[in-house]
Amino acid sequence: MAAADLSRLIEATANTIAAHAEELTRLDQAIGDGDHGLNMKRGFEAVRAEAGAFSAKPLPEALKAIGTKLVMTVGGASGPLFGTLFMALGKEIPAAPDRADLAAAFGKAIEAVAARGKSQAGQKTMLDVLQPVHEALLQGKTAADIVEIADNAADATVPMKALRGRASFLGDRSIGHMDAGARSTALLVRAVAEAIERRA
Amino acid sequence: MSNVGIVIVSHSPLVAEGTADMVRQMVGNEVPLAWCGGNGHGGLGTNVEAIMGAIDKAWSEAGVAILVDLGGAETNSEMAVEMIGEPRAQKIIVCNAPIVEGAVMAATEASGGASLKEVVATAHELSPS
Repeated sequence: MAAADLSRLIEATANTIAAHAEELTRLDQAIGDGDHGLNMKRGFEAVRAEAGAFSAKPLPEALKAIGTKLVMTVGGASGPLFGTLFMALGKEIPAAPDRADLAAAFGKAIEAVAARGKSQAGQKTMLDVLQPVHEALLQGKTAADIVEIADNAADATVPMKALRGRASFLGDRSIGHMDAGARSTALLVRAVAEAIERRA
Repeated sequence: MSNVGIVIVSHSPLVAEGTADMVRQMVGNEVPLAWCGGNGHGGLGTNVEAIMGAIDKAWSEAGVAILVDLGGAETNSEMAVEMIGEPRAQKIIVCNAPIVEGAVMAATEASGGASLKEVVATAHELSPS
């Protein structure tokens, strides 16, 4: 991946998180501790601030460095979870991935996130978006389809009962609210898919 | 010092410091002890860098037991252990126990020269599963 492309992806992800920070915070206030929007914004702004240095690295090294930066700056459980997603992706992906490489690396990265959070799909978490996006990648869906699948998957966390994280303390009262991590994951998927699509 | 070290990780610096005070009252300076709390930006939360710093401060060749409060403290502590890496990582264990009771009980066990395994088991007895 060319440096300019990676730099654009970093811009796109930081922009969407900044634009939706208040919404993410509202979602997290409803059933969590209310720090998700601010935490994610801090992390992605920290990545944006060093976009030049990250973009100069080969893709695997760049992803690992971005993951480490997120771990150190996001704080809360989201730091290790989103950080692990990027770090594991960097560990698994080749320098010039094709679609199959990306899908395979993404699958491994999801496993790493599940292990970090001791969670699995169906528990009202970011995994409920990552999993269907991975399946869509494997099935060769278009970027537009993947964006829609991610949005629908985030919506589908609304009727779920939280089994992991702070929201699980609420039991049945977590039902009826979208999971903030699922929403931020869908936002990131949209930003990345659209940025890649524009280049293609 | 050869006794197992204790690290306390809370979302609140006040809870972490208060817990550390209670540990010191029980074991004095017999046990390497460190605490951290807060998101590093003045708010509630936990952060990996501070946890890594606390582990360094309480480091003992006999190992370190970490006591945490809520989910993010556990996730961030596990991340910190992974980033510290081997060979030290295998001597660091994140306990499944209530933070205050766990820290005091684990430190008391550690002050008698117990192994990391024994210290952690004492804390885990407080959380029967």
